[in-house]
Amino acid sequence: MSAVSAPLRVRRIQRSRRRVQLNLRELWAYRELLFFLIWRDVKVKYKQTALGAAWAIIVPFLTTIVLTLVFNRGLHLHSEYHVPYPLFLFTAMLPWTYFTACLSASSMSIVGNQNLITKVFFPRLIIPLGSVVAPVIDFLCAFTVLVGMFLWYGRAPHWHAVVIPAFLGMALLTAFGVGLWLSALNVRYRDVPYLLPFLTQIWFFVTPILWGITAVKPHTQSLLALNPMTGVIDGFRWAVLGRGLPHYHVYLESLGIGLAITLSGLWYFKRVERYFADLI
Amino acid sequence: MFSISAHGLAKQYRIGQMHSSIDTLRDHLVHGLRTLRTGRTKRETIWALRDVSFEVAEGEVLGIIGRNGAGKTTLLRLLSRITEPTAGYADIRGRVGSLLEVGTGFHQELTGRENIFLNGAILGMGHSEIQRKFDEIVEFAGVEKFLDTPVKRYSSGMTVRLAFSVAAHLEPEILLVDEVLAVGDAEFQKRCLGKMESFGQSGRTVLFVSHSMPTIARLCPRLLLLDRGRLVEDGPAEHVIGRYLHGDLGTSARRVWRDHDSAPGDDWARLRSARIVDASGDTSDVVDVSEPVGVEIAFDLLRREVVFPWIDLVDERGTLVFSAMDTNPVWTEARDPGRYVTTAWIPEHLLNEGTLHVSVSVKSPLLGRKPWRHAEVESALTFHVVEREGPTARGAFAGRIGGPVRPLLRWTSEALDVEDDTPLVARPRSD
Repeated sequence: MSAVSAPLRVRRIQRSRRRVQLNLRELWAYRELLFFLIWRDVKVKYKQTALGAAWAIIVPFLTTIVLTLVFNRGLHLHSEYHVPYPLFLFTAMLPWTYFTACLSASSMSIVGNQNLITKVFFPRLIIPLGSVVAPVIDFLCAFTVLVGMFLWYGRAPHWHAVVIPAFLGMALLTAFGVGLWLSALNVRYRDVPYLLPFLTQIWFFVTPILWGITAVKPHTQSLLALNPMTGVIDGFRWAVLGRGLPHYHVYLESLGIGLAITLSGLWYFKRVERYFADLI
Repeated sequence: MFSISAHGLAKQYRIGQMHSSIDTLRDHLVHGLRTLRTGRTKRETIWALRDVSFEVAEGEVLGIIGRNGAGKTTLLRLLSRITEPTAGYADIRGRVGSLLEVGTGFHQELTGRENIFLNGAILGMGHSEIQRKFDEIVEFAGVEKFLDTPVKRYSSGMTVRLAFSVAAHLEPEILLVDEVLAVGDAEFQKRCLGKMESFGQSGRTVLFVSHSMPTIARLCPRLLLLDRGRLVEDGPAEHVIGRYLHGDLGTSARRVWRDHDSAPGDDWARLRSARIVDASGDTSDVVDVSEPVGVEIAFDLLRREVVFPWIDLVDERGTLVFSAMDTNPVWTEARDPGRYVTTAWIPEHLLNEGTLHVSVSVKSPLLGRKPWRHAEVESALTFHVVEREGPTARGAFAGRIGGPVRPLLRWTSEALDVEDDTPLVARPRSD
């Protein structure tokens, strides 16, 4: 009995040429594995924790409270928005918490899955990709707090809210790009776990989280928008709060930088992925 | 029609790269500076696989044998696309499933049911395919009752059974299997063997790596023999196994020093041959955990003196497992010059699985200023201890058991009546 009826495709295994190929078709063929890896990460994440998925809510919520106590001292960091400072802060903490969760997950993703990398073949890209999709669940949990805050302050959502997914997508793109770099670099240089807390801390202060982007002059805004998270946070705030004017130039600039990071990350990742199994 | 057609496959590793290469940026900077100073960069490399060409027909079951480090696993890793060849190429017709390890990606926190789906997806099965075979997988593993229990509560035997069962239901056109049968209890191993046989009979192509000669001879009509990365033999199973076990090349279980003058030793004694023998006295570099193994040493005594043979066993990590001297009373007195043969029998159930290097020597007691090491060859012999079947110190445990030795101990145990204030020790007998 032959298990084969249709003629089979012949695949040649050889040293890949220098040109980087994305091979999206293969990525698509492994979409179920991507789904299962995300499902595993979500499922396992809060196993054996006392508070479980509540952590996804507690962390941004408590951070917001603490930061409010420290910074809401008549600094008028958010004066143009005319909203309570906790609300102002939490709208930024939401995408920011998502972003940092992505970075810590994806930077360790390749090394953390070394048992898979060294034992089975699959497109390696799905690992950092999964690391930025799984935290979306946490994001959605924390989003309910935002809804609660709106009710608490007696506010109605603005129609701008329909573009929230677009800014979440932008955060995902940026996180994916940075995650590609970090995950691939970490295979070779185990300095990444030491670098990351420092990186996110600095990044936190140069991103308009505690303060509004309108606090600085327009040409400084363009400079700040070189940080792709500037566009994400400011856009998110605009969409959620429905206050102020959209800063299109900031969004576009940040999107461009985010894309550049992702494309270069893809290029680097694809270039070095063939050594993962040997180096890990 | 071919299923796999390999042409000059080669894989080069940088030394150290194969195991751990946790290098940091600092190491690179230091390396770069050193390169600047010396003007050249020194990179030690080894060929894990070199110029390997072969063809496997559709539906053929092919075995791959060779010593540790011969390149067997590297070959499977290349064919399953885990890593790339440095040179050469292989054409592969059809979907490849690789089983380099049982239970890859099993997650301890997930339940049996969840792990079946996760592991199936990792091995390349689609969701619907797993769903179709789900009942069969569960039945084969015999874990019906524990499907919704996290795998961390499973016994290791159950975990292995479940993992193998998922893998066994994979249906690619080409299956690559690495030594997975060395797990589980004897009864389950038999079922696995049966499953592997039916793989071969179902028209699928199977590549099978193993240390177990009986298993591989039973499953594979044709074998490849690899030695230090090169393909040295390709042919019928009995022929290749014969060359591996008794040949000059495949085995390092026998050493002969034919020329008296160049034989290792001094003017007291010279070594003439050494070999590893199995229970029936045949040279063998693969011995079973549950069989005794002998180290036979032949040497010429050149003058009437007190000498005795001596062996040291060192494991793969360089740890001395033990040293032993021939304690037979005949060696306590000076003996006439001539040729002597002695065999040290290492009992069954003492050595752990793995590769052992044997140093053989002829020594004499430390007396005054007389020389005491006369003939010594470090790592003269190498042999592999494998586990085939039957009761061993492994019990039902399937994972790796550490340590250079693995004795089958006698255990005594009893159930205690524990009252609240009873200290946790066995009670002294009252009689």
